[in-house]
Amino acid sequence: MSEAARGVSEAGHRVKTSRSGSARLAYALLLPAAVLVFGVVLYPAGRALVISFYDVNSPFPGAYPFLGLANYAAVLSDGRVWTAAGHTLYFTVVSTAAELVFGMGLALLLAAPLKLRWLFRSIVILPWALPTIVNGAMWRLILNAEYGVLNAVLTQLGLADGYRSWLGSDPFVALNMVVAADVWKNTSLVAFFLLAGLSTIPRELYEAARVDGAGAVRSFLRITLPLLVPTVAIVLVLRTIEAFKVFDIVYVMTGGGPASGTQTITFFTYLQAFSSQRFSVGSALAYLTVLAVLALAMVYLRLLRQRST
Amino acid sequence: MSEPKGTSEPKGMLSRRELFRLSAVAAGAGILAGCDVAGGGGNAGGQGSGEGKIKALFMQQAAYSEADIRNMTADFQKANPKIQVEPTFVAYDALHDKIVAAAPAGTYDVVLIDVIWPAEFGTKKIVTEVSGDVPAAWQSGMLGGALTTAKYQGRFYGVPWILDTKYLFANTELLGRAGVDPVSLSTWDGVLAAARALKDKRVIEYPLLWSWKQVEALICDYTQLVGAFGGKFLADDGRAVAFNTGGGLAALEFMRRTLDEKLTNPNSLESVEDDVRKVFSEGGAAMAINWTYMVSAADDTANSKVAGKVAVLPTPSGPSGGPGVNGSMALSVTSGSRNQKAAWRYVSYLTSAEVQNKYAKNSLPCWAASYDDRKVVEANPKVVPVAKKQLASLIERPQVPRYNEISQLLQAEIQNALLGRKSPRQALDDAAAQAKPLVA
Repeated sequence: MSEAARGVSEAGHRVKTSRSGSARLAYALLLPAAVLVFGVVLYPAGRALVISFYDVNSPFPGAYPFLGLANYAAVLSDGRVWTAAGHTLYFTVVSTAAELVFGMGLALLLAAPLKLRWLFRSIVILPWALPTIVNGAMWRLILNAEYGVLNAVLTQLGLADGYRSWLGSDPFVALNMVVAADVWKNTSLVAFFLLAGLSTIPRELYEAARVDGAGAVRSFLRITLPLLVPTVAIVLVLRTIEAFKVFDIVYVMTGGGPASGTQTITFFTYLQAFSSQRFSVGSALAYLTVLAVLALAMVYLRLLRQRST
Repeated sequence: MSEPKGTSEPKGMLSRRELFRLSAVAAGAGILAGCDVAGGGGNAGGQGSGEGKIKALFMQQAAYSEADIRNMTADFQKANPKIQVEPTFVAYDALHDKIVAAAPAGTYDVVLIDVIWPAEFGTKKIVTEVSGDVPAAWQSGMLGGALTTAKYQGRFYGVPWILDTKYLFANTELLGRAGVDPVSLSTWDGVLAAARALKDKRVIEYPLLWSWKQVEALICDYTQLVGAFGGKFLADDGRAVAFNTGGGLAALEFMRRTLDEKLTNPNSLESVEDDVRKVFSEGGAAMAINWTYMVSAADDTANSKVAGKVAVLPTPSGPSGGPGVNGSMALSVTSGSRNQKAAWRYVSYLTSAEVQNKYAKNSLPCWAASYDDRKVVEANPKVVPVAKKQLASLIERPQVPRYNEISQLLQAEIQNALLGRKSPRQALDDAAAQAKPLVA
């Protein structure tokens, strides 16, 4: 073996040992995270799945009757579940669509070369920085029929004859108010995602389009929108899944009322599990929700992959 | 841009092998979780040394205020320096769920329970049975309505602490402007007539305000009317529902009529008791029913525009008299508590006649003798005479382990009727059909 070859093989050996050493280190570093993931994700998920096959009606461990798939059958044949699923679907579609449209407008505005742009950007992120609970409590006050700001503004501007109840008089109006509160909060998140997407579009494209005589609308439709599709897709996946799981804002703003008109699937699940102590029914509902979200995510991911190839 | 060579798979994607490993881990988790359901366990509670730290869970709504409870606790600690108490306060609507969720861990040693929960918490052993610890003198000295609060099938699961029912509150200034004599409000017919007069004379757009949000508060208001109209929640044997006939139906029809005639503020459907208190204190309602705490709140010049103009009246009568809803609450020692001895000392102290009398301003005592106690009467000159009469006749919500489920069904269906989406009869029939398997 020549000197040079030996040198190479030694170097290769060194690389190999240091590689297995660093792999060990990597596993050691990953261990805390793995324990955490197991403890707070995998174990509870497994336990919830098992519980969903029994009739667990108390928070304590014990011997409960095995029901098999009966809880799933009961849930799927409960009219209240389908009503709640309908509300969830409406909430998800409308809030995600509105957040995308408003978020796009906001992102374009924030991307414009304005003075004090940093200030606008900071202000716009504020709603998203608010905890959902605070946002819900705030909107409940704004919408309060007696001393809420909305009624005062509408009547003083002459847009309404008198004070009206936004969260108690009509289930559909109440549902839309919950949507509005969610849109107000999450539009800024969407806007910031899209703003990040906008900043990756090369300026030269717009300049070239201008030289070719394209107007603002045309360059938006032909350049901005197509190049933003990956970002939009990510935002869509994130927001749909989040919206599908909506719970806290409903809990704070309406408690599911009036006439269960704002009861979403997760809120109904919560009532079943904790208020009624039907933990198995709650678990079954939670698993069905997970399946629905999983299906949605897979559809989205497939669409994304098709686009990118 | 070209892809870097050598990466056949984009980063972040799982390989088949990794996916397999992950599923194995998940399956392992499932098996472990499965062992847990079948395995024994139960509550790890115990008597403890009678010293050390205990945690107590209260509500921050109606009855004793947070300041009252903190003062009581400070006094208790002065007398028992070896016990430290950490009180926690939550909204009433979060109280039940928090007790349930905290039960397996034994987070709280003492919890405040509502009159509708002993059946559930007792049968599920979330709180301890204290039948043997409650002295006989307490059982004879406390009022009947209070005692039911902690009792299920003859056993005690706590000690009564809050004795409450809903009284009728009237804004005397508004009534005066319409020429209504508060004496006429002794019946629900009288209340309707007064409300019509107030509306006709344009004194106020909506004279009546209620706690009709889709939560337990709605059932409390409904119960009070069910009592007045002679209805019952359950048949006498407790094994069938009965609220969809007779007085139960008449009560809901009455509620709906006040909305149809635009006498009841439509905001009632998004209001709980504290919303009613706020609006009434602003002069936004002429008449409302609410718990005892609204007396001092509405008469407090710092927080109320109607101070000095508040009449407190017994709940109006219907064709079957005028029982008030039993809205009492009790203090229980949790079965998960590891310091039950100290917890019981704290419960015994808070529920003693002496402490209850001292803080009678926001919550009337459970003890019969207290109502002749000069200090109690002086603290509540408006309520005590009314309470003496009303506390003698209370109506209970059903005492069954699955009460919460029945309540949820009823709340939704009653609101369907109030919003005009169903007739009262249809709504209650639907609720009854769903509730039937829950009482059998």
